[in-house]
Amino acid sequence: MQLSGKDKPIPASKTHDNFGRQYIQMRTRVRDERYIAWLFLLPNFLGFAVFTAGPVLFSLVVSFSNWNLQRTVPFLWIGFENYLELMRDQQFWLYFINTLYLMLGMPVAIAGSLALAILLSQKLRGIVLYRTLFYLPSITSGVALMILWKALYNPDFGPINAVINTVSGALGLDVKAPQWLLSTANLLGLDVEQVRITAKQFGLGARDALIIMGIWIAIGGNNMLLYLAALTNVPQELIEAAQLDGAGKWAVFRNVTWPQLAPTTFFIVVMSFIGGLQGGFEQARVMTGGGPAGTTTTLTYYIYTKAFEEFQIGYASAISWILFAIIFVVTLANWKFGAKEVSY
Amino acid sequence: MLNTEAVQKPSPLAVWWDRVGKVVASHLVLTLIALTTLAPFVWMVLASFKPLEEVEQINPLPSVWHPENYAKVFEQIPFARYYFNSVFIAAWVTFLQCLTSAMAAYAFARLRWKGRDAVFRLYLATLMIPGVVTMIPNYTLMVWLHLLDSYVGLIVPAAFSAFGTFLLRQFMLTIPPSLDEAAKIDGATHWQIFWDIIMPLSRAGLITLAIFTFMGNYGSFFWPLILIKSEHLRTLPIGMLYFDTNYGRQTNLIMAASVMNIIPLVILFVVSQRFLVRGIQLGAVKG
Repeated sequence: MQLSGKDKPIPASKTHDNFGRQYIQMRTRVRDERYIAWLFLLPNFLGFAVFTAGPVLFSLVVSFSNWNLQRTVPFLWIGFENYLELMRDQQFWLYFINTLYLMLGMPVAIAGSLALAILLSQKLRGIVLYRTLFYLPSITSGVALMILWKALYNPDFGPINAVINTVSGALGLDVKAPQWLLSTANLLGLDVEQVRITAKQFGLGARDALIIMGIWIAIGGNNMLLYLAALTNVPQELIEAAQLDGAGKWAVFRNVTWPQLAPTTFFIVVMSFIGGLQGGFEQARVMTGGGPAGTTTTLTYYIYTKAFEEFQIGYASAISWILFAIIFVVTLANWKFGAKEVSY
Repeated sequence: MLNTEAVQKPSPLAVWWDRVGKVVASHLVLTLIALTTLAPFVWMVLASFKPLEEVEQINPLPSVWHPENYAKVFEQIPFARYYFNSVFIAAWVTFLQCLTSAMAAYAFARLRWKGRDAVFRLYLATLMIPGVVTMIPNYTLMVWLHLLDSYVGLIVPAAFSAFGTFLLRQFMLTIPPSLDEAAKIDGATHWQIFWDIIMPLSRAGLITLAIFTFMGNYGSFFWPLILIKSEHLRTLPIGMLYFDTNYGRQTNLIMAASVMNIIPLVILFVVSQRFLVRGIQLGAVKG
């Protein structure tokens, strides 16, 4: 493959006569590299145009139509009707709340990752072994793990409730083990049919089960590794200087380590937000079917059911664009707020 | 100096804590967390060797070990076929993604051209686009191209990655530019520079990307779920899903299938973890 231009060095003589020729040579040099650059970029760029950029625009256009893959519905452009419908769609709001509720595990998981990273950053034997073990859930996460947790959560035969019942029996307590994936209860007491809080929904249910599983998966995963790398990069002099000034362990962490970790924390929070808003699909499809009573249906799973079970492509595209817009706004807000946090 | 040291001399308890106690306590906490992490896996492995009626009982060990559960999985569903499909598709995606990403990364990291930074920022911005936004149009595209339910439809849309381009660009930026210059003076073509100089020097980045991509596509769920209709194309996650839905009562066999599903990932991770850990810490977090 003959891709190269002849990149001869520019002649050393810089007389006025030569200037024009030299200019032309420089122009062709730049043009040559550009031409070659686009050849190298071409395969990736084509794929990007066909499978990312094109589809994004296409989905925006389609969101203004009533397009349905079932041919019984005649195609119409309906303007903002899908978006207006969405605002009136009570299910959409409930599923939006579900999505946010499932993100409540995020701070716990992030704090846990930091705590684990601090433990692992000590000079101890067997650190690599611990790190490998902690990372196992995130490397294996996927359908197989979801199926495993479904069995673990089985309220009648699963090992989790077996342990709860055994322990409470041994202690002579009368604890009623949670129904886990079969229950609409939750720790905030969110109601099922309406957007409101009610005492009778208080308890441990499907959404909490998914949160617990999520923390178990994430705590020793990528975030822990990122914190581990960031902790080893905290300048030792800063810590020693603070200690010389008589700062205790907590004071050193609060005033030296934590600010030094701010860029990492910021990155992790932004990525968790983006991931969390899109999350919950596998759990819903594999473990709960979005139930009970829609309580584990997240926005992504709602889009899936609208598009691929009810074939309402137009409506599903509108929801996906709302999701996109939310992610966009959250990311921007994070950057704005985070930039202040990081700079001190 | 001596004086202050005498004043601040720590108590014997504090000395003991710093030398021994802290280490023991850390190991205790770490072991406890490691056990919590491992418990579900242990239950899964033990359940996979049990007769069905014992899965629901509390005693952890099977009364008689039943390794034939694993063989039964292959009798009930075409598990070997699922394995092949997952590995075949993931391998192709990995190969194509590494190649196209490396070429694009070369253009971004090693060549000077007008508009380069603007195009690169465009690539970065796309990392924010949620997967579901492109999923629906890509599905309709596959319908039009008659690529539903085909290997090509499963492989090609996954073969291009802004993330991979970004990751490899970061690696390629660390290679000294003098190498390209020297090669150019020796009359090497850009393809030769790319293939013979830059690619070998980006080996660590390529391996990292390859492992990420392979693992991600081995477990890929959403796209195969909507694309695959016929049984012989099912990948492991899809096959597992239908196995669980249709034979959900046979928990021991399902657990055997789950164990077989995750074992390649565990092995790959243990073998390659120094690349992975470094890749993740370079800011390469995906999904």
